[in-house]
Parts: sequence; structure tokens; C-alpha cells
Amino acid sequence: MTNMAELKSPLNVKSGISKWREDMAPRVRELRFTIHLLRQSPLVVAGFILMFGFISMAILAPWIAPYGPEERVWEAKLQPPSSQHIFGTDESGGDIFSRIIWAAQLDLAIAVTVVVTAMAMGSAMGAVSGYLGGKIDEVMMRITDIFLAFPALILAMTIAAALGRNLTNLTIALIIVWWPAYARLIRGQVLSEREKLYVEAARAVGAPARRIIFRHVLPNSIYPLLVNATLDLGGVILTAAGLSFIGFGAGAGIAEWGRMIADGRNYLFQSPWMATFPGLAILLSALAMNLVGDGLRDVLDPRLRR
Amino acid sequence: MPDILISIRNLSTYFYTYAGVVKALDGVDLEIYKGETLGLVGETGCGKSVTALSIMQLVPNPPGRIVSGQILLEGEDLLKKSEEEMRKIRGDKISMVFQDPMTYINPVLTIGDQISEVILLHQNLRKEVLAMKIEELQRKLEKVDPTSGTARDFKSKIEELEKKMMDPPKPSKSDVKKAALKKTIDTLKLVRMPYPERVVKQYPHELSGGMRQRAMIAMALSCGPSLLIADEATTALDVTIQAQILQLLNELKKEIGASILIITHDLGIVAEMCDRVGVMYAGVVVEYTGTKALFRRPLHPYTQGLLRSIPKLHKEMERLEIIPGSVPNLIYPPPGCRFHPRCPYVMEICKKERSPMFEPEEGHFVACYLYGQRGS
Amino acid sequence: MSATETLLEVKDLEKHFPILGGVLGRTVGYVYAVDGVSFKISRGETMGLVGESGCGKTTVGRCILRLIDPTAGEIRFEGIDIAKIEDKQMAKLRPKMQIVFQDPYASLNPRMTIKDIVGEPMLVNGIARGLELRRRVLELLLTVGLTEDHMNRFPHEFSGGQRQRIGVARALSLNPEFIVLDEPTSSLDVSVQAQMLNMLQDLQKKLALTYLFISHNLSVIKHMSDRIAVMYLGKIVEIASKAELFRSQLHPYTQALFAAIPIPDPEISRERIVLGGDVPSPVNPPSGCRFHPRCLKMTPICKEEEPRLIEIKNDHYVACHSVAA
Repeated sequence: MTNMAELKSPLNVKSGISKWREDMAPRVRELRFTIHLLRQSPLVVAGFILMFGFISMAILAPWIAPYGPEERVWEAKLQPPSSQHIFGTDESGGDIFSRIIWAAQLDLAIAVTVVVTAMAMGSAMGAVSGYLGGKIDEVMMRITDIFLAFPALILAMTIAAALGRNLTNLTIALIIVWWPAYARLIRGQVLSEREKLYVEAARAVGAPARRIIFRHVLPNSIYPLLVNATLDLGGVILTAAGLSFIGFGAGAGIAEWGRMIADGRNYLFQSPWMATFPGLAILLSALAMNLVGDGLRDVLDPRLRR
Repeated sequence: MPDILISIRNLSTYFYTYAGVVKALDGVDLEIYKGETLGLVGETGCGKSVTALSIMQLVPNPPGRIVSGQILLEGEDLLKKSEEEMRKIRGDKISMVFQDPMTYINPVLTIGDQISEVILLHQNLRKEVLAMKIEELQRKLEKVDPTSGTARDFKSKIEELEKKMMDPPKPSKSDVKKAALKKTIDTLKLVRMPYPERVVKQYPHELSGGMRQRAMIAMALSCGPSLLIADEATTALDVTIQAQILQLLNELKKEIGASILIITHDLGIVAEMCDRVGVMYAGVVVEYTGTKALFRRPLHPYTQGLLRSIPKLHKEMERLEIIPGSVPNLIYPPPGCRFHPRCPYVMEICKKERSPMFEPEEGHFVACYLYGQRGS
Repeated sequence: MSATETLLEVKDLEKHFPILGGVLGRTVGYVYAVDGVSFKISRGETMGLVGESGCGKTTVGRCILRLIDPTAGEIRFEGIDIAKIEDKQMAKLRPKMQIVFQDPYASLNPRMTIKDIVGEPMLVNGIARGLELRRRVLELLLTVGLTEDHMNRFPHEFSGGQRQRIGVARALSLNPEFIVLDEPTSSLDVSVQAQMLNMLQDLQKKLALTYLFISHNLSVIKHMSDRIAVMYLGKIVEIASKAELFRSQLHPYTQALFAAIPIPDPEISRERIVLGGDVPSPVNPPSGCRFHPRCLKMTPICKEEEPRLIEIKNDHYVACHSVAA
């Protein structure tokens, strides 16, 4: 056996910050490798750049938007793109370029909120359901079945209509529509992970079910979810925009991409810039998310990693 | 001096990965004689499977690449052949049996379809179709009164067909399929598969592990190859089933006349099956000789260590002798002899230069400075 | 064998896995994985359990640790029957009996560092935390021949042999008395295997451990075990001390098993007993003696009646009608 006295000194040194750095080191290594893999595909890189572009746009809105979101210059209504108004103005004189930037804040916030909340809710429920199995699993699956039976858009519309047509309720509606799919996804992963040997090993040392689910099974099941989440960011943006377009989300005049297209619909032939630029924004942001999601899917596949 | 079937000279295969260049094979020299069973033995990472893949040019590319060397099959360098030409050789002249049949058999095709596919790819079966037709007519002939007019008709038809044997006509598709099926069943009989007519219609999951491996051997032998490579072919099988397969291979050796390259980590299999053995370590062949000579007088320190570290059924050992250290990192292999950090007899020169092959006894080759000096 | 204390006694252990089929998921059959297994292990000895795939040896190991619940039978650990006790009571006994799994790649959580993996048993059982936990983990790693900078790495950064050592370190962390070694070296290279086997022997002496060594590799079993039990299709067909079993194999299956293993010495020739047929499936075991369809010494009674495990010679048990006669 080793002489523990010899070991005491090096052990005492490692505490606090240096201990934390040491613990994080392997994960940092993993991250570096992932980044290296991601850099291999130019499309994925483009997607990331676009995505960061939109995120920066949303965060830096107050500083980079030339005009405020509600600013109206009545004299300048329906102006084509010019040096003063890069994307032109809308029917109330609002600067489209600025409104698109402000809308980025809104749309991205909605997308992130919906996806993160739905993922959290769905994962927790799906993981518990999948690991414990039996009646709990049956009940949970029937509940998700009920939600999944409705066409997504109709369900969202119904909830939004019932709660009242504003953005907060739209977000809630979208969360309710989106979480069952995550629950199902995680449950599937959990079902396959829980048969794995390391889970059995954890049981052999006496780990309780709670720990096994959240410390062992869930972290290993999360990868397909990350891919889906990224793709869904794009999907939520599209859905939110679509619902706002129909009138179930943002009220008239609010700077939201879908709403802006709806507002620009009547002026499609006279002032096409009103609807076109917000449409492009939706297209590019959804595209960016898709590219990133695809890239992540290829990179996180464990077989390709070693 | 027996005929050489395959001559591998200075073969180097590298894998270009994120972490660096893995020098899986670094100058491998090997010869396989006609009609012999050569064993290639070594531990994980020594490069034995990569050698087999390199011969077949099935090295995954990227990240792998054969960077230098020659593989001469009957005088022609396989490494210079195009993919088209290699495809004609694979399954026909050289075929391979892999470790776990369940993972490399197509689960949605019947055994018969899979083996027939190989046959149809490489052989035009014209003679076989003709032979089939002749046989059919002969059977009909037997059932008829030999003096009748019908009998005379049959006989003349048979004669006609026999004349065409030298340059058989192109058969119809259905005839070819029938001939392929017949050949498949014949091959299954060759590997002693029970109820071959039934197996031909079955799917892989309906067979047991041993039978699947037999089917795979049948597939590999269906076109009469000159070389059969068995890459850990019995590792995934139960011991008693492994014994069956090894017995089968031993019997087939004489029947088919092909050379067999057995790749394994099990020295017991080598002792039972092989005429000659090559021991590989970290991408290099370190010792290479007849089987009896290897076990009686292992010359290379690695071979000696290996033989001393296996628990033996027939001898009592209190403690297993271990080779200190571990297999080197193939990205940064040690300079000079790759085994020198673990070698109990290491000398200065071992650390600088890799040893060439010496032949201290006839037919017994070792890559070790204990048995010679540079230039001798 | 000298009369040392019996640490583990298994009596008529059975484990039948239900096969669900049909639209309603009813039980259409059973996998008779373990079908009446009995043996004893004395404190400090190594019992070898050998057999081919499907014989049930792995299932026996898991039943003993209550990783799966046995269908019937007794499992007496230090006198207490643990076959049917409550989870809470089992949790108290778990630290005394641990397991090292076969597959070093799958038995370690790929997203956890070595420190976390080896430390988990102590954490979960409330034995140590924080700095004390780190100290103990380090001590365990050093015991199995690893070093301090291995602590903060992920399993995939290690070789198979090293991963298996990590598994052993984890098994030792709760100071067990009994360890089930489920094919611990089957996926390892020969030279790595030698290191592992030597290490396991050293640990057994140092820490007074009792082992159940499960393997299909007879040479390894011979090297490690004091006594050996041979299993076939859910039943034990022969038990004897190592020396005795290697001197004379009585059961036809044991004889075939010994004869089937290739010996790394070309000078030795043996009687080749190559069994025909395949290893049958435990779903539909043959009637009477399970081995009778492949047995060269089959007699009519073998089809009808299952042979019982009887002591033929001193401490040498065989289940075979031909031998018993």
C-alpha cells in the first residue's frame, strides 16, 4: 500500500480555483475537439456566423438601430430604400431596418424561451417516464399522445385564442405545443441508455434511481436533443412569425417579423420592401439555425468522434 | 522452395487523424506461399488487421492511406491496380472472412442470395449452365425407353450441347440464377453446412453463430480463391463452435488448395492451424518462421515475453510473467526498434536504428540485433 | 478442502426471463437462463465459473448481487438469505459485495471523469465527500497502478486495460469482502491480461477478498481459481477443485470443453472431441439431461430424467447418468 503521508502535501495544494480548473480541463479539451470538427464544413461555419450575427443584432439593438421600434415619421411613410432608411419605411413611417433589428430581439427571445422551457419540461418528464417505466410511463405517453394528436399550428392558435392574443400567450402556447416531442425523444434515448452497463454499474454501487436518471442517463441522452433544439429554434421563429402573421401573436404595429409581413401584405405591390425584408430576416435566421443544427448532428455522433 | 503467392515488401499504411499520424504499418515484409497456412499473430494495435485490409485495399480512406510498399500477387503489384481491377480480385482471387458474422452479413438478404451475388459478380457460369442442361437431359433420358425415338432425340441434343462446351453460348438470366444457386448449395456442402437446401432460403438471424460463420466461409470460397484471409474469424464464437470451425478449415485446406492467412491474437489457434507464423508488434513484423520453430525456440524478446505471459492449460504457473510497460503510441513510436523500451536485452543500437531481418537459422527470421549486426 | 467459513451459499437458484409476445404483450415463454444452480464459496477462495455463451454464468453473477431478482432459490451471504430481501436491507449489504464487469468500454459512464466514477460509490453511500473523497480516490487509483493525472480524464482517453483497472478501483472503493469478476479479462490483450490477473491475485492476498471468477476461457480460470464449476444451459454439470478437475474431467461436456481449447504448443497432440451441433437456446432446453443431444455417451435414460449433481469422488461433483452408474 502507498504511504499516505507522502501524498498529503500535493493534495492539499489542489483546492479552490486550481481544483476547479483541473476539473474543467477534460471538458475544455472536448470542446476544443468539437470546435475543430465543426470548422471542417464551410456551410456549418456560415451557419454559425449567421447565427451569431443575429444574436449580436438582438443584443446590440439599442445601439445599432438608427431609430426606435415605435418611432414614426409620418412624412416619410412608404419610402423606398434610401440612405436615410436602408430598408425603406412602412405605412406609418417607421424605419424598416431598425424595426427588423428590434424584432430580432423579440423573435429570438421567444424562440429561446420556448425551446429551453420545452426542453427542460420535456426532458425531466421523459427521463423519469422512460427510466421508471410501468404505469408512470404509460400515463405519460398517453398524455403526450393527446398533445401530439393535434396539428401544431391549430393547437397553438386555439391556446393563444383562449388566453388572449398577445406575445406572452403566444410563447406559452408554443411551449405547450413543443414539449411533448422532447419528452418522447428523451424517453426513447433513456430507454436505450438505461440498459447500458454503466447504469448497471451505478446500481451495483447503490446509487438511487434519482441519481441514476439525472447524473447518468440524462447527460448521455442529451445529444440528439441538442440537435433538435437548435433546429427547433428556427422552427419556432417560423411558427411564431406565422402565427403573428395570422394575427394570433403580436398586435398591430409591434416590431415582430411576422407582424411586419402581415402589415406589409396590403402594400405588396406598391412597397414590396415592407414585407420582403422581414421575410428575408426570417429566412436567414431559420436557415442559420438549421445549418448549425445539422453541423451539430454530424459532430456529436459518437461514432465519428473517435 | 515453394511457390510464392503473395509477396509484401516494405508496406507502410498510415492513418491521418486529429491527434496525429498513426503509423499503423511501418515497413512490413511478408511472404505467403501457395497452399500454406500462414498465421499473423499479435496484440491489439500491432497492425495485423490493417495488413489484411491493405492486401485487399479496403483500408478506410480517409483517414487511412497506404503510403508505400508493394504487394505482389503472382508478379503483379496490387497497390498499382485501380478500384475496378481490385473489385474483380476481391471475392474471386482473394477473399476474407471477418470476426463477427452478425455485423457484416446483410440481414435482409437470404444466405442463398448473398452467396449467389458473389458468384454472379465474378463468374459468367456459362459452362455451369450448359452442364446443368446436359444433366437435365440425361436425367430425362434415363426415364425413357432407350430404343425409342425420343431417346434418340435426347441423345443428339446432348451431343450438340457437349460440342458447345468449349465455347458455351450466353445463357438466359434465369438459367444463370439457377446455376448460381446450384453452385451456392455445392459450396455450402463443401463447408459441411447441415441441410444446405434449407439454409439457402434462410435469413442470417435464423442461423446460429457457428452456422453463420460457416456461411461466410462458404461465401469466401465460392469462387475458388487463391488466398483466404480469416481475420479473427473464430474470436466471437463459443469454444466448442470454434473447434468445429477450426476443424473445418483444417479439412478444407487440403481440399481447396488455397493459401490461408489466419489473423489472430490466440497463440493456441496458431499452434493448431498454421504452417508458418509471423509475429507483429506495433506495425512491424518482428519474427517470422515455421510454427514448431517459433514455439520451440522463440528468438525475439517480444515473442518470448508473449509466450511466457499466457496462462497455459497444460502447465502450472504460479504467476504470469508480464512484459513491463505497454504498447507504444503509434503516433509517436519510439525511435529505433519499437520494442526497445520494454526489452530486457536492449542495447544502444536498438534505441537508434530499427533492426533489419536476420536469419540466424534457416527459414527463421528475426528483426533483432541480438542475432546480427547491420551489414551482416 | 479445509473447513473454512462459507461466505456465500447458493441453493437451487433459478432465473427465468419471461418472453413477451403477441399483440397484448402476454408471456409466451421463458428463457431458462439459470435453472437450479447450487454451490458454496468459502471465504478467501476463488470459485471459477466456466461455460459457453448462454449457459447462464453471467446471470448467476448478477443474481448473487441482486442486480436482477432471482425467480427462485436461496442466496445466503454470511448466513443471510438475500434472494428476496427488501431493497433497503440489500442496500446495507451492497458495500460488501461488488462486481467488475466484462466490457471496460461500456461499464464506465462516458460523460463522467475517472474521479467521479471511482468516487461515486463512496459518495452515494455517504462514506466520504470533498477533499477526503479525492484522497481516497487517489489511493484507490494508485492501488490499481494508475496515477494522479488520470483522475481528471474521460474514459475514452484510456486503453482497455486501464479502463478495466478503473473498474477494479471502483469495485474496491467500498471495501468489499466479495467480488464477482465477470469476464474481467476477456476483452483484453494477452499481455495486459497477464498484468490484470497478477494484480487481481495480489489484491486478493492483500485485502483478503473472495472471488467468483466468471469466464469462458479455461486457461484463465485454471490460473485463477481454487475450485471450478462448469455450467451448461443453466445448470452446473461438474464442480471440483482445480487440481482434481484438471486431473480428470468426468462429465462429457467438460471433456469436450477441455479438448476444444487450442493449446499454444504444437508438440502436444490431444484426443480431439469435436462436438456436433450448436449450443442450444435456453428458451427450449432439451428434455432430461440438457446435454444429451450432443453427448457421445448418451443412454436412453438421459432423454427422460435430469441427472442430479452427485459427489462421485471426494469433493468432486458431477451431474451425469453415465458417470453415476
